Amino acid sequence: MYTSPLREPLIRGNKNYKQVTDDILSPMAGKPSKYWYAGITLAGIALLFGAWATFRTVFYGIGEWGLNKTIGWGWGITNFVWWVGIGHAGTFISAILLLFRQKWRTSINRSAEAMTLIAVMCAGFFPLIHMGRLLLGFYIFPYPNTRALWVNFNSPLLWDVFAISTYFAVSLVFWYVGLIPDLGTVRDRATTKIRKAIYGFLSFGWTGSARHWSRHETVSLILAGLAAPLVLSVHTIVSFDFATSVIPGWHTTIFPPYFVSGAIFSGFAMVLTLMIVTRKALNLEEYITLNHIESMNKIIILTGSIVGVAYLTEFFIAWYSGVEFETYAFFNRAFGPYAWAYWIMMTCNVITPQLFWFRKIRRSVVLTFIISIFVNIGMWFERFVIVVTSLHRDFLPSSWTMYSPTMVEVGLYVGTLGLFFTLFLLFIRVFPVIAVAEVKGVLKSSGEKQKLTGHE
Amino acid sequence: MNKYITAYYLDEEDLLKGIGQMKAKGLKILDVLTPFPVHGIDKALNMRRSRLTRVAFVAGAIGAVLGFGFQAWIFTVDYPLNIGGKPFFAVPSFMPVAFELTVLFSAFAMVIAFFVSNKLGPGAKALIHDERATDDRFLVVVEVDDSLADENIKEIELALAEAGAEGITLKA
Repeated sequence: MYTSPLREPLIRGNKNYKQVTDDILSPMAGKPSKYWYAGITLAGIALLFGAWATFRTVFYGIGEWGLNKTIGWGWGITNFVWWVGIGHAGTFISAILLLFRQKWRTSINRSAEAMTLIAVMCAGFFPLIHMGRLLLGFYIFPYPNTRALWVNFNSPLLWDVFAISTYFAVSLVFWYVGLIPDLGTVRDRATTKIRKAIYGFLSFGWTGSARHWSRHETVSLILAGLAAPLVLSVHTIVSFDFATSVIPGWHTTIFPPYFVSGAIFSGFAMVLTLMIVTRKALNLEEYITLNHIESMNKIIILTGSIVGVAYLTEFFIAWYSGVEFETYAFFNRAFGPYAWAYWIMMTCNVITPQLFWFRKIRRSVVLTFIISIFVNIGMWFERFVIVVTSLHRDFLPSSWTMYSPTMVEVGLYVGTLGLFFTLFLLFIRVFPVIAVAEVKGVLKSSGEKQKLTGHE
Repeated sequence: MNKYITAYYLDEEDLLKGIGQMKAKGLKILDVLTPFPVHGIDKALNMRRSRLTRVAFVAGAIGAVLGFGFQAWIFTVDYPLNIGGKPFFAVPSFMPVAFELTVLFSAFAMVIAFFVSNKLGPGAKALIHDERATDDRFLVVVEVDDSLADENIKEIELALAEAGAEGITLKA
């Protein structure tokens, strides 16, 4: 097998197959560390705050939120788009990078995809809670009913229903199919009867038969081929929620590509935030190396720059169109009462990622962590700016108003953050965080020892 | 009850070489268990190309037709809704849902076919020959008929040993 002498190894340390299994599965055994308990306690408190806010919203209604008749979409949709966007990095890593044969994906795809699933759950919560009456949530699906009515297939909000539920279902299946061989490994290493029974059940009877592997590879490849256009379609459809309306600031054709690259941008930032902590906490620095962090940072520069160009293009077109309302909407964004939000967005999304042009910064764990947080914040503000500044000064100046969230809305957002971290912390205890079998598959071509000796 | 002879390799390249030698001797390999997909093994074992891709295509096509047809039927026949005077048969706005259903049908049908053809599923019992096969051993499994004489079994074991396999064991 040819291995490039120039490429950095993807797995550090002189590993053999057994060590790979031991290293990756060891965090699942034994008692969790005190940091894990601290983390899950904090996340649990956030989750309780969210539960309180959910109770208020369901019991008293949407009036508990800071929305008014001019601004009918506030934090709810902002958080929805933010979470869906974050989910996109996981699918990007596991599907698009698989199609492009990027071997570095093997160390991060499992946890990034788990992040996708959790983020989509957090996202789905917002449209549901915004309905106010959660029990009637099933009204959004087209089913034969006594009212003889169907849903409106011309509405992008309905497309969203299909896009998000398909996205969640397909991502779950993709993730689980990839997990099955590793669950087999966990089952075969289990020392207690209960563990063996549980993982035996979860591993679906996997043995590692060559015939199964061959089909597994086919399934993974085709699922990646399906998930790649799917992930692009999901955020495209999310952007249609805005773009197909006739609100200045929303009604633009640039939205689909701009939203998709923004989604991947914010998703990679969240993957970095999580991975930098995870690799340290679980001693996986030899598997998630500086090389991986650098590769992700390169994607951040690319997608961040696309987002930056999109911001400038929007602005230019607003002026160039000569449409008074369009021009005003953008002028108001940058210099109106919400200018602070706009400039937070510009600084975090356009300027900070450009620091990654320096190799030193790209390979610095601490700086990458800080910048990834900046990007997370910036991308949240991007959605806030798009939603609120486009609405708060509408066509009728007498209804111009301002919007600020209530404690209940803050609670819902913090609650989903709590849900996100709770589920992620449980995930790292219960499932292998790195795809063991896939790492073994690239060990020969990308391991450190194998690279140095140039195996025969 | 059939018996099995298992033997293992520690490296996938030795495994591939070994399989070649076993085949040259006319040994019938029942299965090879590996901790990760080994490329080239499908050829060495003369495996057919998987037909799962066809399942994916057919199911995807069904999803597309159903998704598009369902919307078109509702909006032109069953309950035409006048939405801002837009056409009832609005092809572009049926596309997103049709596309999502294509992906959904295709993915689920293929994964279900994958489980069925491999006889995998929740609660499926795995016949575990060697627990290290999911860790770092590349296991070759040969089935032994009950009627086979002891000397024939010896022959098989010898063939495995000559092909460089280690830890040759006979199990009921």
